[in-house]
Amino acid sequence: MLAFLGRRISNGILMVFAISVIAFSLLYITGGNAARRILGDFASEEAVDRFYQELGLYRPLPVQYWDWLTNAIRGDLGNSWVNRGVEVTGEIGRRLVATLSLVLVSLLLSAIIAMFVGVFAALKRGTWMDRTVQTLSLGGAAIPSFLIAIGLVMLFALNLGWFYATGFTEPGDSITGWLHSITLPVVALLVGGVASSAQQIRAAMINVLQQDYVRTLRSRGLPARSVIFKHSLRNAAGPGLAVIALQFVGMLGGTVIIERVFNISGLGSLSASASSAGDVPILMGLIVTVAIIVVIVNLLLDIAQGWLNPKVRVS
Amino acid sequence: MSTSAPPSPFRRLLRDPQAVVVGAILIFLILAVIFGPMLSSFDPRQTNLQANLAGMGENGHILGADNAGRDVLTRLLYGGRNSILGAILSVGVAVAIGTVSGLIAGYFGKWFDSLSNNTASLLQALPGMVILLAARAVIGPSIWWMMAIFGLLLSAGTYRLVRATVQSVRNELYVDAARVSGLTDWRIIFRHVLRVVRGPILIQAAFMMMIALGIQAGIEILGLGDVQMISWGGMVSDAFGRIHTAPILMLWPSVVLALFCLCLTLIANSLRDALDGTQRTSPATIRRVGKQIAADKAAEVKALPGTLVEMADDELLRVEGLKIGYAMPDASIKQIVHGIDLNVNKGEVVGLIGESGSGKTQTAFAVMRLLSEGGSILAGRVLWQGRDLALLSGQEMAEIRGMQISYIPQEPMSNLDPSFTIGQQLIEPMRHHLAISKADAKERALDLLRRVEIADPERVFRSYPHQVSGGMAQRVLIAAAISCEPDLIIADEPTTALDVTVQAEILELLRKLQQEMGVAVLMVTHNFGIVADICDRVMVMQEGYIVERGDTETMFRTHEHPYTKQLFGAILDPEEIREPWVDPAPSEFLEEVPA
Repeated sequence: MLAFLGRRISNGILMVFAISVIAFSLLYITGGNAARRILGDFASEEAVDRFYQELGLYRPLPVQYWDWLTNAIRGDLGNSWVNRGVEVTGEIGRRLVATLSLVLVSLLLSAIIAMFVGVFAALKRGTWMDRTVQTLSLGGAAIPSFLIAIGLVMLFALNLGWFYATGFTEPGDSITGWLHSITLPVVALLVGGVASSAQQIRAAMINVLQQDYVRTLRSRGLPARSVIFKHSLRNAAGPGLAVIALQFVGMLGGTVIIERVFNISGLGSLSASASSAGDVPILMGLIVTVAIIVVIVNLLLDIAQGWLNPKVRVS
Repeated sequence: MSTSAPPSPFRRLLRDPQAVVVGAILIFLILAVIFGPMLSSFDPRQTNLQANLAGMGENGHILGADNAGRDVLTRLLYGGRNSILGAILSVGVAVAIGTVSGLIAGYFGKWFDSLSNNTASLLQALPGMVILLAARAVIGPSIWWMMAIFGLLLSAGTYRLVRATVQSVRNELYVDAARVSGLTDWRIIFRHVLRVVRGPILIQAAFMMMIALGIQAGIEILGLGDVQMISWGGMVSDAFGRIHTAPILMLWPSVVLALFCLCLTLIANSLRDALDGTQRTSPATIRRVGKQIAADKAAEVKALPGTLVEMADDELLRVEGLKIGYAMPDASIKQIVHGIDLNVNKGEVVGLIGESGSGKTQTAFAVMRLLSEGGSILAGRVLWQGRDLALLSGQEMAEIRGMQISYIPQEPMSNLDPSFTIGQQLIEPMRHHLAISKADAKERALDLLRRVEIADPERVFRSYPHQVSGGMAQRVLIAAAISCEPDLIIADEPTTALDVTVQAEILELLRKLQQEMGVAVLMVTHNFGIVADICDRVMVMQEGYIVERGDTETMFRTHEHPYTKQLFGAILDPEEIREPWVDPAPSEFLEEVPA
């Protein structure tokens, strides 16, 4: 298990490194476009030249990257190009809580709900209840999450007034306020995730229930509770976790739009504003931060996978 | 089973009413955005303050007008062109790059395979939206460029799909044959491989198109799209900006976008069903028919007076007129066992012999009520201690299983739960049935492992199933079967899946345990050698009927039924038949020794 984890960690570090190299090359090689946008269409050549000089953009790309990398390892992702005084690391740090609240709570809830729904549908396979679940999850997976978000805002915030339509409360300030502020965005992110993972968990569960060993477990007179929830679910959970890992990346992408709809200042809204302003250092920092989050969550899911699957753990 | 050729996937698609309706909606929407703008008398950009927020049907605005008095329907038609074209661009890029790289990687492999695998992992590691936003910062607000880049990101999925399909096809016999017959690699790819992958690609393309539409609209909502361009996402975005003053504007663009996405998913699903050739209704029908049969059987027997049937003292199991059937997808019932009688007495070993498909295993499953989904006892009784097992509740049956009747399966490796240790799997039924402590159960389990002649019981107890050999696993399953000291063991070809040398050992072990415990065994087998070795009586089963029965000794001397003769003829190695009834006393040999 330790060797397995060690391999996973080094793979993760390698991946973050590779992503940073590629992202840096693409962003900084064309950084001139962004610089012109920041300075405006009518900026003089001198102004552009000065901008390049100040930010060291005339240096060879590998030198610039090395500079960025050595600082980044120390936790300094540089300064914004648009608001020169703003440190990228600090800005990302301030917004991390909001985004992670949304994504991690959604991920956890969607895993739990999808498990119950998937197992239920598998056990009721072929009945009208199963077909209802199937139809709902098709619809839930098909409709873009922002439409669901907007629908939720119109119904629960504007018409019923149960929730605020916008804003985010830090959990440190008020737990109930935090819950209140993330409820609608989390639901909007959840629907798609639950819909697609429930389908996969249903399929995994049906597959397990048809295995020989399930019949043999039943032949020993074990109660259905144990056969289904202890043995079958344990075996179906592995494929389920793999789906959840994919869902996570999808949710990180979805939160960009969800944050805009609910006007939450998280990483998503930061990337949208940095994108339209051409703020390259912030985008670079965001990409690396998101890559690190993805690697960490995948590592946690790998550990869970090892806990579930003795073949991974023992070998 | 119908004998006619299966219909082509396209035909199956046309027979699926849902696919026809959804397909019609999609075609209608696509035709509407292609030709609709020509029919509309409004200019999609023409503002008209008099028509500001006109309702549906007012001033000729069929779906009303937006806050600037622009006709909503016209904007939907023009916007649909851009939205759908953008999504097609993404899908086109994804399919082109993904298919070509997947074909090369899957067919030729080597360095290209590992390079493209790593590239695909990188493309899928980050959320597409984040990458698109970074790209937009440097390329500017061109929606076409962004959709093309998004296509590149999506191509990783197509690549994986094509590569996996190609790899599985590459080693198929017909591809080998094509190679041997001298076709070039590229001819093989076009003739054989592409034909297999095009269906899955089409399904994936529909899903990708849905995702691309969503992403494109998302970019508009973030305000990062091209303000000059009309699109469905742009209309949603405009409406969202006026959600407090004119929420009605949200309606039509949302409906169209959601409808289009939903139809794409549904058509992809129908396409998948059509390609799989699965009939979607089958599990429901099977379940319904299965329940109906069970209810019929219960009603039929409830009509009989008395629940307990008198059985002889030493009679353990008596099966009377047992018929087993499976519900078919077309709601018919296929009968596979046609009213058989059999009985097993205390301490007796009875063989049930027949070829695969003769119904012998289904008979064994029916006794334990472990038939697969859709299978039911159509008629007859399974009497155990005077009670008809076919009528017991699930709860009552669970108390008999493992405790009174236990089961040894055919394939040892697939019959142990891979996620639990062998020890855990042995302990659980004992704790449940015998209500003993964990420590006692562990002691008993180790004892059982010793009884089935496992050399290192402690180690096997701690092992997971994948860590032991097939022979070892079968010993574990035997240990589990005897763990609660049952009266009857049903062994379903317990040696068939094992190596020849291990087979003899396992059979020897079964015989020894049977004699020690005095337990009755119903031995399901296709091998007369095993019958000769271990069985007191034997029943020959063919196509759901018992065609001949008798005690083993007599059967070996005289058997009349042609099928039985055939089974005897199938024993290739006469050495396998040890003849239990010729018991050569040592004295017989002694006489031959010259004094």
